[in-house]
Amino acid sequence: MIPNRSTSSLIGSFCGHCGELYPTETFDGGSAPPSNVLQAGDVHVAGTAHRECAARLQLEPPRYCGQCGRRLKVQVSPHAWTASCSRHGTVTS
Amino acid sequence: MTTISPTTEYPILETARQQVLEDGIGLTEAQLLEVLRLPDPAVPAALELAHQVRLKHCGEDVEVEGIISIKTGGCPEDCHFCSQSGLFDSPVRGVWLDIPELVRAAKETAATGATEFCIVAAVRGPDIKLMNQIKFAIDRINEEVDINIACSLGMLTQRQVDQLASWGVHRYNHNLETARSYFPQVVTTHSYEERLETCAMVKEAGMELCCGALIGMGESLEQRAELAAQLAALEPHEVPLNFLNPRPGTPLENQQLMDGKDALRAIAAFRLAMPRTVLRYAGGRELTLGDLGTREGLLGGINAVIVGNYLTTLGRPAAADLTLLVDLNMPIKELQKTL
Repeated sequence: MIPNRSTSSLIGSFCGHCGELYPTETFDGGSAPPSNVLQAGDVHVAGTAHRECAARLQLEPPRYCGQCGRRLKVQVSPHAWTASCSRHGTVTS
Repeated sequence: MTTISPTTEYPILETARQQVLEDGIGLTEAQLLEVLRLPDPAVPAALELAHQVRLKHCGEDVEVEGIISIKTGGCPEDCHFCSQSGLFDSPVRGVWLDIPELVRAAKETAATGATEFCIVAAVRGPDIKLMNQIKFAIDRINEEVDINIACSLGMLTQRQVDQLASWGVHRYNHNLETARSYFPQVVTTHSYEERLETCAMVKEAGMELCCGALIGMGESLEQRAELAAQLAALEPHEVPLNFLNPRPGTPLENQQLMDGKDALRAIAAFRLAMPRTVLRYAGGRELTLGDLGTREGLLGGINAVIVGNYLTTLGRPAAADLTLLVDLNMPIKELQKTL
């Protein structure tokens, strides 16, 4: 069984919104994503790339695993969400 | 401080003041089109009138609801706005919610003061497995939570309508979504008439009908007025008003967001079409209206909200909406188990 993981362990190279691999040349730390995006987990803002994705992730849960880019199984409830990757475990809001 | 133009400047609003506010008769389709065509400076006056109509005919209470998906994704229908259709290349994966999670969500929703908890499934209509799940869920929730249970399970047979009513389902949601004349542009796997048939059976069985709209899908103002008039003709207990949030992978993913002023005009128009109906803020308001627009709508005819998240997207935090209601001196409707 894959254990639940902390948010930080699932931050990776793939965008949680569109599932694309972050371009390495823009992986410069950039502007920090909104704190609630970080809490949502599985989201990594790479410089200016995917800034729009980060904005979208303030109003929707991640759909792709940050570690491997697989589509996540996502359950949304009125006050929380859970996103599970078959390889990298589950994150919750 | 904003000065609101008097309604006397706009004949349609003077007509509405007498016809809707005083006499309680909703505007006709042609009249609604006039409201939807009002110039920007008239919008505050239209909202103010709609608010007066809501206060007079519905009262000051605001009905709070939480919604949850028991079965997400994999729907065989092709509603072009929906990320849960299995026919589109959407990132939403199919998933079932287990009953303990559902009960927990119902408890959390009730803790916000909500009186309604709606269980939704992305299906054409429920099969036996889903109906059994729903029965089990209703029983567990009723054992542990004091809240009205609503369902939204697609198109129903008469037997299913009767079962849901006998299980104590308080309200059933089945949206028209858009005007009859625009429906074929949005859905091809079932007809408008099929939707109307389910709505009619729900009312006949004694459940409250929740029948909503999704605007901003490219329909014309004429079609928006047509939709409001068609909803009014159904006399639903509740109309949830959604604004399109274009979803990745759907045919409407590149549709522009609806203009906020148009959304406010629509809120006023829908209230003036249906003076006694519960008019609920539903999906998309965060993007289309933002915080300021949300407030304007609550002071412009809206008298119900979905708190927290939606089915696949996130809403404002429940606390933000509840604080806003306190700020506006709008009491939350209290629970009245009617069935």
